[in-house]
Amino acid sequence: MADFTLRVNGSEKKVSVSPETPLLWVLRDTLELTGTKFGCGAGFCGACTVHVEGAPIRSCSTPVSQVAGKTVTTIEGLGANGLHVLQQAWIAEEVPQCGYCQTGQIMTAAALLAKTPHPSDEQITQAMNGNLCRCGTYERIRKAIHRASAGGAQ
Amino acid sequence: MSPLSRREFVAAAVAGGAGLVVGFYLPHGRRKPEEAFSPNAYLRITPDNKVTIVVARSEMGQGVRTALPMILAEELEADWKQIEIEQAGASTLYGDQGTGGSASVKTTWDPMRKAGAAAREMLISAAALTWGVARSTCAAQQGSVVHAASNRQLSYGELVAKAATLPVPTDVTLKQPKDYKIVGQRLPRVDTPSKVKGEAVFGIDFRMPGMKYAVLSRCPTIGGKVTNFDDKESKKIAGVTFAGKIGDAAVAVVADSVWGAMEGRRVLNVSWDDGPNKDLNTAAVVESLKQSAAKKGATLYSVGDVAKAKGRRISAEYQLPFMAHAPMEPGNCTASYSANGCELWAPTQVPQDCRDSVAQAVGLDPDRVKVNVTLMGGGFGRRLEHDYAVEAALVSKAANSPVKVIWTREDDMRFSTYRPASLHQLSAVVDGAGWPVAFTHRMIAPSISGQKGQPVPGGVDPDLPDEAAFVYGVDNVSIESVMAETAVPLGWMRSVYALQAGFASESFIDELAVAVGKDPLEYRLHMLAKDQDIQFFTNTWHTARMRGVLQLAAEKAGWKNPLPAGRFRGIACFGCFSSYMAEVVEISMENETPRVHRVVAAVDCGQVVNPGILEQQIPGGIVYALSNALRAKITIEKGRVVQGNFDDYSPLRMNEAPVVEVYMVPSTESPTGIGEPSVPPLAPALCSAIYAATKKRIRSLPILNS
Repeated sequence: MADFTLRVNGSEKKVSVSPETPLLWVLRDTLELTGTKFGCGAGFCGACTVHVEGAPIRSCSTPVSQVAGKTVTTIEGLGANGLHVLQQAWIAEEVPQCGYCQTGQIMTAAALLAKTPHPSDEQITQAMNGNLCRCGTYERIRKAIHRASAGGAQ
Repeated sequence: MSPLSRREFVAAAVAGGAGLVVGFYLPHGRRKPEEAFSPNAYLRITPDNKVTIVVARSEMGQGVRTALPMILAEELEADWKQIEIEQAGASTLYGDQGTGGSASVKTTWDPMRKAGAAAREMLISAAALTWGVARSTCAAQQGSVVHAASNRQLSYGELVAKAATLPVPTDVTLKQPKDYKIVGQRLPRVDTPSKVKGEAVFGIDFRMPGMKYAVLSRCPTIGGKVTNFDDKESKKIAGVTFAGKIGDAAVAVVADSVWGAMEGRRVLNVSWDDGPNKDLNTAAVVESLKQSAAKKGATLYSVGDVAKAKGRRISAEYQLPFMAHAPMEPGNCTASYSANGCELWAPTQVPQDCRDSVAQAVGLDPDRVKVNVTLMGGGFGRRLEHDYAVEAALVSKAANSPVKVIWTREDDMRFSTYRPASLHQLSAVVDGAGWPVAFTHRMIAPSISGQKGQPVPGGVDPDLPDEAAFVYGVDNVSIESVMAETAVPLGWMRSVYALQAGFASESFIDELAVAVGKDPLEYRLHMLAKDQDIQFFTNTWHTARMRGVLQLAAEKAGWKNPLPAGRFRGIACFGCFSSYMAEVVEISMENETPRVHRVVAAVDCGQVVNPGILEQQIPGGIVYALSNALRAKITIEKGRVVQGNFDDYSPLRMNEAPVVEVYMVPSTESPTGIGEPSVPPLAPALCSAIYAATKKRIRSLPILNS
């Protein structure tokens, strides 16, 4: 066991866990932030995507020791003032079915828009291709990203 | 009995349309508020004007928490904004709560409508009595009863006290479709905001005080057992509190964190007795299907005499592999066991089966087992099993603690219940003009229900009546099912046998059209030209409705228009779960791999409750089906499932997702299934397009393995 300090969604969190514990389980079990999901445990599905220092990472495959002292943003902290424009677009396009993968999808999309405010279809596919959805919501995800990038969430 | 409990008893006993339901209404162990009006188990209206509708099916993404309350709210003349949704756990009040067979809307359509209508009539009576006016001068609208003549109005909340004293009508008049205000509307789903905020609580997200986490090491060989285990190394892992055998074939490791349990399992030392299947492999499964083909099957459907038909005979064989559901949320369940009872929080499609199976496994009466139903991160039939619930209860009992059992992705892939592998022998006789005069389909597959020890009357798997209909007018037809055996665990996977039956039957029809030089659309329309009812077990199919979806899909896809160079298309239609579906698939070939650009889907599922949800479900089924068709294949080596994660069992990603257009045949027929019917036509339509592009016939799935 070791102590780590993370800055999660704007506030400082101290956790005492074994150093190889994936960030995913620290978020879910220790900090009770269950919006970040476990899907494959191997970086194949993207359900566990969060931002570390603004970049999208697979929290299931990132040991907590690697993010000590860093800034972590999860779905719960994405919209600092109410809903993020992507969350609004997700609602407007009625994207989710089961919804399990959608928080990871939104986190990946948010990182895309932060770097590329007006992505092309090709750029969206490239950014989103690591995120699986078994309900097959891909086309609505694409539409929601375009909607958010155009600034018209509603 | 207090007056209140007597009223509850009476109300429940005549609950609108759900059959005779006896019992007290105590959802989630909470007593309903004393002042509430609850004429049946689906509905509760409180003086604060809240209308709570109970959903007794499970939400796995298909929209039941929105669609089912819409049905009741329509008849109730409620204001949709005043509706609150409550999820029922395992209960005795709602009949079979199993969520499967695309049946939730179909089977609750009448009970939910009658429940809403009965309450509406009572509220109208309550208002008429309050005002001392004739009932016929009052009307219900938007959550109130109005008396237009005197311009008076009372909200439902204001009427509950009086309404609760009135008898529940047993015979109510239901609304005409032309008067629908809620049914048929694209209302936003009630669960969307919580899902995009990360607030939705799936099974895996549930937590309770004192809860520990468990993962299980299961015997990797099908049918094998634990010989012994050594947990010395596991106990050295921080947080590990318990390791113990669960049933014959698994050892649980319990810890105070998921990661601790996973690490504890990683270093657990288990010896296995591989059991009778240690030499089983996929080739042996295929060989056994071929041997079973020699057996006489059960007749599913027969008209005329296929043996006597004269003309040119054309035959082909098709083959499908085992497939895994692979929902995004891996298996999990939380259980809290004590000698007095066991409570579960289960992402399940079958809460009552979980209750009964857990009761048996831990030695409690079923009424001592309480099953709460959580949201599910996909089901697709995997959560029609109760294995995760039984495990959670057994581990909680053994570890003497509330426990959440979590399956890893590898656990989910390797210890699933799989879509049965199958073999199909198709044969047809065509006349001089090329039209079919005889059609024979022998489907050789193991029975899912049979393997689970459930009844298989007449040697016919009980799923086949909904999933293997032949909805064409051909003079001589024989559809036969041959039950094979397999040790590989079987489960119901989205569209179940309809995927296999539809792939074989519709691919073969495409082959026939090609063989006689006819357009595949024209060929099908010829077999559907005459209006005809086709009785398949208890289901009556209508050629006119199949013709309708086929023509609609073809028209919207521009079937008669030439395609741009390099584009090809195929068509197929199929009926299952009482709904009719046709799809046109448009592709190009890139490096000998099909790329699906566009799928045009047409459906006739009767009255559509929420077109917005239908427009999610159909593309969802098509993407799922495309995943299945292109790559889904579970193989067995040395009695073990080979695939483990999304690298070697890789579902469709965004780069392969087609644009799907959905068209509905307007209808006021009773609603039928929509979760599964879009699955079966996809693979045969795609293979038809591949044939158009390459002249190569695909008779075995998955396509990228053929």
